[in-house]
Amino acid sequence: MYKSISLSSTVLLCFALSACGTNPSRSGGSIPVDVPPVTQPVSIDGVVDDTDVDPNSVAGRAPKERVIFFDFNKSELRPEYLDIITQHGRYLAQNPTGRARLEGHTDERGTREYNIALGEARAKTIARMLQLQGVSSAQLRSVSYGEELPVDEAHNEDAWSKNRRVNIIYEVEIQN
Amino acid sequence: MFISRMSKPASKTLKALLGLCCLWLASTSYVHAVIEIEITQGGESAIPIAIVPFGWNGGGNPPEDIAGIVSADLQRSGNFSPFNRADLIASPVSGDKPRYGNWRLAGAEFLLIGSVNKSAESYGVEFQLFDISQQKLLTGFNFKVSDQTLRNAAHQIADEVFEEILGIRGAFNTQIAFVSVEGKSRQKSYKLQLADADGKNPKAMLTSPRPILSPSWAPDGIRIAYVSFENRNRSAIYVQDRQKGSRKKVISKAGINGAPSWSPDGTRLAVTLSFEGNPDIYILNVNDGQTRQITRSPAIDTEAVWADDQTLIFTSDRSGGPQLYEVPASGGRATRITFEGNYNASATVSADGKNIAFVHGSEVGYSIGTLDRESGLFQVLTDGSLDESPSFAPNGQMIIYATEKGGRGTLGAVSLDGSVSQSLSLDTGGVREPAWSPFTN
Repeated sequence: MYKSISLSSTVLLCFALSACGTNPSRSGGSIPVDVPPVTQPVSIDGVVDDTDVDPNSVAGRAPKERVIFFDFNKSELRPEYLDIITQHGRYLAQNPTGRARLEGHTDERGTREYNIALGEARAKTIARMLQLQGVSSAQLRSVSYGEELPVDEAHNEDAWSKNRRVNIIYEVEIQN
Repeated sequence: MFISRMSKPASKTLKALLGLCCLWLASTSYVHAVIEIEITQGGESAIPIAIVPFGWNGGGNPPEDIAGIVSADLQRSGNFSPFNRADLIASPVSGDKPRYGNWRLAGAEFLLIGSVNKSAESYGVEFQLFDISQQKLLTGFNFKVSDQTLRNAAHQIADEVFEEILGIRGAFNTQIAFVSVEGKSRQKSYKLQLADADGKNPKAMLTSPRPILSPSWAPDGIRIAYVSFENRNRSAIYVQDRQKGSRKKVISKAGINGAPSWSPDGTRLAVTLSFEGNPDIYILNVNDGQTRQITRSPAIDTEAVWADDQTLIFTSDRSGGPQLYEVPASGGRATRITFEGNYNASATVSADGKNIAFVHGSEVGYSIGTLDRESGLFQVLTDGSLDESPSFAPNGQMIIYATEKGGRGTLGAVSLDGSVSQSLSLDTGGVREPAWSPFTN
C-alpha cells in the first residue's frame, strides 16, 4: 500500500521537519557511571568463603556441605538434602551468633525476572526448614540472583543441574 | 487459533554483513568492540528502491556515507530491497531531474538522491525521493547538522522514506539499550549500554562488577530504570538520566526489587517486590517513593508491563506454570490471557497496545511468541531455544530479543509477521536484555 502526497503538503512537511531538524543532543550525553569496586571478594558459589574463613570461627566450624541442588522449575527440597539441612539447622541453633546468607540460583532457562523469583523461593525453602529447627530469622538472610551467576556456563542439562542451587554462605563477621 | 512457526531461513538467505568498521566505545575498558548486524532472512515482497550515493561538496572524502546508511536501514526493515551500487544506472544528485524511463527499465519503483554540503561548522544535507511509475517528487527537504549528528540525519531520511512509501512511521532514528557481559566467572564486567538502532555508537551508561538487569525506558527517552546487584546482599532499582549521567536509587527493600516498567505518563514504575514475603506487583511513585500493592497471591507474580495507563500485564504461576495475566492498574481481579503451552512470560506491549510479545516455552525450548489482543491470534516468531527479553520497536514493526548463538549471547530482531530476521552481536562478549527506545521527537 503505497502512499503518495501532493507536492504542496510535502513542502509543509519539509518546513515542519526542518524546524525540529536533527536534535544534536539526541546522540550525546550518556556519561558512564562507575560503580565503586566491591572491596570484599565476590563469592558466587561459596567456595571462596570456605577457604578464607578462620577454621576456629563460627563460620569455619559450620557443616562443610553448603550447596543444595534443586529440580528444574522447582523450589521444593529434594529428600536427599534433608540430612544436610538438619546439620546446618542444628549448628546455627546451637551458635546463635552465626549468620548465614542463603543465595538462591536457577538455570538459564526461562525469563530472568521469573528466575529471580524462583531463586528466592528456593532460598526461602531452605530458610523455612532451618527456622523449623530453631534457627532465628535474624541469623538468616536470603538473596536471589536468579540465572545471573551460573557455576557452569554451558547450555546443557549437566550445567543446568549444577546451576539450580542454594549456596549457604556463613558470614565471617560474628555479631555479639 | 493456530501456531505458525517460522520456517528455516529462506532459500535465498540474505547475508549482508553490515557494520564491519571498528567502533571505539566511550568506556575506557573497551578497546574496539565491533557490533555486527546480520540479516538472516529477508522479506519476500521487498520494494525495489535505487539509493544513489549522495553528492558531496566539501573537499576530501565525505565523513559519512549517507546513502549507505539509508540503504542499510531500509534493507534491515525487510520492506525494501535497495539496489546494489553496481546496479545503479546513473548518479544523479540533488537538483538533477531523474530519467524516469531508464530507472523504470532498471526495475526501480522509487529513487532517492541527495547531496551533502559542508559549510564552516556544519553540514547541509538535502534529499529528494521520487516515485518512478508516477514520475513525480514525493518528498524532499534539507537540514543542517553537525559532525556528531550526520548519522542521525541519515536515519531520519530513512524514516522519511519509510513513512512516505509505507505510511508507517520509521524507527531508524531510535536507540537500543542492552546489557553486555565480558570476562570469565568472578572477573565479570557488566555494562548497561546504549547504541543506535543499527547497533552503531555503543556507549556504556553503567559499568559494574555485578549483574545489571531489566533496563526499561521512560516514555521521555531520557531516563532508564534498571535493577543492579552492586550491593551483594540486596538488589536495588535505579533510575538514571542518560543526558546528565546522574542516577537515583528508587527502591531497595528486603527480598526482590525487580522488573521495573514505566507508566505511560512517566511518573510511576510497576515493580516486583517481595518484602512482604512473596513476589507481588507494586506501583512505585518515582518522585516520592510511595508504593502501592497491586497483586496479592501466594504465587510468583512478576514482570509487569503497562498495556495502557489503566492496565498491567504480568507473569504469574498461580495456575501452575508461568502465564500472562491482565489486571487493572488500580488493583483488582487478574484475568489470565495466555493459554498456549505451559510457559508464557515476560510480556512486552506494542506502543499501540494491539500486540503482546513474550517468551513462549515448549518442548523444543524458549521462543518469542506474540498475541494479537483483539483477535486472540497466537504466533511463534522465532525458532531459537533460549530466546528471551522481547522488546517492540516504537513503531511496532520489529521485535528485538536476546538469543544465544555459538555459546554467546546475541540480539535478534524479527518482524511482527516473522518474515524478516536479523542478528546483532558484540565481538568482545555477550549481549542480552535489549530494550528499544521510544520515539524521542
